[in-house]
Amino acid sequence: MTDIQIDINEVSKWYGPFQVLNRCSTKVGKGEVVVVCGPSGSGKSTLIKCVNGLEPFTQGAITVDGISVGDPKTNLPKLRARIGMVFQHFELFPHLTVMRNLVLAQIKVLGRSSGEAHENGMRLLDRVGLRDQAEKFPGELSGGQQQRVAIARALAMDPIAMLFDEPTSALDPEMIKEVLDVMVSLARDGMTMIVVTHEMGFARQVARRVVFMDKGEIVEDAPTEEFFGSPRSESAQMFLSKILQY
Amino acid sequence: MFANFDFDVIARSLRYLFFDGMTFTLILTALATAGGIVFGTMLALMRLSGFPLLAVPATGYVNLMRSVPLVLMIFWFYFLVPYIGQWLTGAERPIQVGYFTSSLVTFTLFEAAYFCEIMRAGIQSISRGQLAAAQALGMSYPQTMGYIVLPQAFRNMLPVLLTQTIILFQDTSLVYVLSITDFLGAASKVAQRDGRLVEMYLFAAVVYFVMSFAASQGVRALSHRTAIIR
Amino acid sequence: MNYHWNWGIFWDISPDGAHSYLQTLLLGTTWTLATAFFAWCLALLFGSIIGVIRTTSNAWLVRLGNAYVELFRNIPLLVQMFLWYFVLPEVVPQAIGTWLKQQPNASFYTAVVALGFYTSARVAEQVRAGILSLAQGQRLAALALGLTLPQAYGFVLLPMAYRIMLPPLTSELLNIIKNSSVALTIGLMELTARARSMQEFSFQVFEAFTAATVIYIVINIAVTFAMRALERRTAVPGFIGASPAAAH
Repeated sequence: MTDIQIDINEVSKWYGPFQVLNRCSTKVGKGEVVVVCGPSGSGKSTLIKCVNGLEPFTQGAITVDGISVGDPKTNLPKLRARIGMVFQHFELFPHLTVMRNLVLAQIKVLGRSSGEAHENGMRLLDRVGLRDQAEKFPGELSGGQQQRVAIARALAMDPIAMLFDEPTSALDPEMIKEVLDVMVSLARDGMTMIVVTHEMGFARQVARRVVFMDKGEIVEDAPTEEFFGSPRSESAQMFLSKILQY
Repeated sequence: MFANFDFDVIARSLRYLFFDGMTFTLILTALATAGGIVFGTMLALMRLSGFPLLAVPATGYVNLMRSVPLVLMIFWFYFLVPYIGQWLTGAERPIQVGYFTSSLVTFTLFEAAYFCEIMRAGIQSISRGQLAAAQALGMSYPQTMGYIVLPQAFRNMLPVLLTQTIILFQDTSLVYVLSITDFLGAASKVAQRDGRLVEMYLFAAVVYFVMSFAASQGVRALSHRTAIIR
Repeated sequence: MNYHWNWGIFWDISPDGAHSYLQTLLLGTTWTLATAFFAWCLALLFGSIIGVIRTTSNAWLVRLGNAYVELFRNIPLLVQMFLWYFVLPEVVPQAIGTWLKQQPNASFYTAVVALGFYTSARVAEQVRAGILSLAQGQRLAALALGLTLPQAYGFVLLPMAYRIMLPPLTSELLNIIKNSSVALTIGLMELTARARSMQEFSFQVFEAFTAATVIYIVINIAVTFAMRALERRTAVPGFIGASPAAAH
């Protein structure tokens, strides 16, 4: 395996008396694409939000590119600037134009010049196929377009890895493909990605490994073909049978 | 019924009413609104900060201001501000402050409590996803608040903020209790000097009505427009 | 600080010779509460009527109701009080005008009427919002059972609407208590007037105003508690109150 970029080690998390994550461990190497799946409430969204410190965790350790996420001395905003995140509900900033959404963090967090940020933003808009929408407001775009802009916004920070939290779950079916296409091309270009998703077709196409979670635990962590071909655990088998029907 | 009335008194005193009275009212309204919104937003952030050291005093202040009549506050600050000025500047005796300064301090501090509640509702209405997205991009708390949350909160609450401003505009008439010459005060002085209470007070009522009504219609039109864009 | 504190001033006799300052403040408080109470009754009565007619489908009634609300909302309370106190006696037939001016306690009655109508416009807004927040289905269901429109309002819509409206109505009640202070300008010797008077005669400014402030806070807390108890007692099980449109 190539260099480990994201190391999740024995991570547990409690919400009061309720345990949401139970000793989760996995590693993601540079350029790897890992899909995290599982039934609702399995903790997959929580786990991915722990990676960039949006959610704190109670026990264990997460290291990103050598930096410990749980360490109180770590500069979290700086770390987060190096990890890109895409949300289920897009979360574009509605009061800013598409272009302004793309350049804001570049200028204010990375300290880039306005010209540089705009150029970068345009390049990425082009890459996701939305060059003409630069001056529109998020409210004027479709869901699929908004999510593609959200991906461009995260990429604009030149991240070392990208986290996707159910990026297509809130999209109408006819718009899912345009977003997955962008994600596939990202993966082919060598981006390290952790993707929480139900889109198994996507997983089969680009994921190196599949991590299956149930009730807060990582139940299976196997190469893609192995996971789909011969899932070892009963819960994984049940899960696959339910979602692969259609 | 209206035979004994002399409505010319209005025409004769228009200059005094508007140049002396209305300008005081409008300037006080504008400045107190600006100051009140700034201070009110600060209070809202303090209340939402999660630090008891900030939240408790802010909550206490807001509840105090909202429990007490504005008239009482006008009296309070009229006497208190000179002493505060003395304390701030280390002078030997209470500082003489003019009527305008005293009124400005009163209205800014009083209305800030109401603006605080409006902004608090506005800030809380911004979805957590927006916060998460800003943080995921590496923005610090001040950056998140300044670029993402507050602009949206302000925009969302603009109609309510403007309505509160109209209320402030009407509240300024209460400076009457200190015999200050705002618009109502001016009308009252003319009324008493010329013995024309009916004419002047009716005129004052009409002017306040026209201005407040026009303003509130404007706010309604504004909120329809922004509703479409969103 | 050059100010001489004297908290014992409350037990000194006030200029009226008969009462201590503390007693005058409490006397003022009773006037405050009395004014607020009667004004509140007036406000609830007229506010409910106007609020209800604004939800009917009769265009003229709705316009009348809207005009009523706009009239009382766009003129400052102080100006309204002056209109009732100074202007009304002059524009009615002379006999009535003279009678009005001769009433003892004229400032009390005027304050009650002025405050009552001013607040009724706000109450009308709350009532209208409360009724509208109930699903249309409630009215249709009532009518489908054969109830007349007044019956539908009386037995179905208003009982629910008032429960929904208790929180905003509570703040209107608190507002009326605070707004009673405006009547000091027409001579009503309520709490703030008494505090001002105490300040003018005794020069103990901050003691006087502190006492008034404390009394207002106590009234505030008492009323809030009472209204919350009322809310709990009248709560409908399982009904998470529909939020009335923010009528501000």
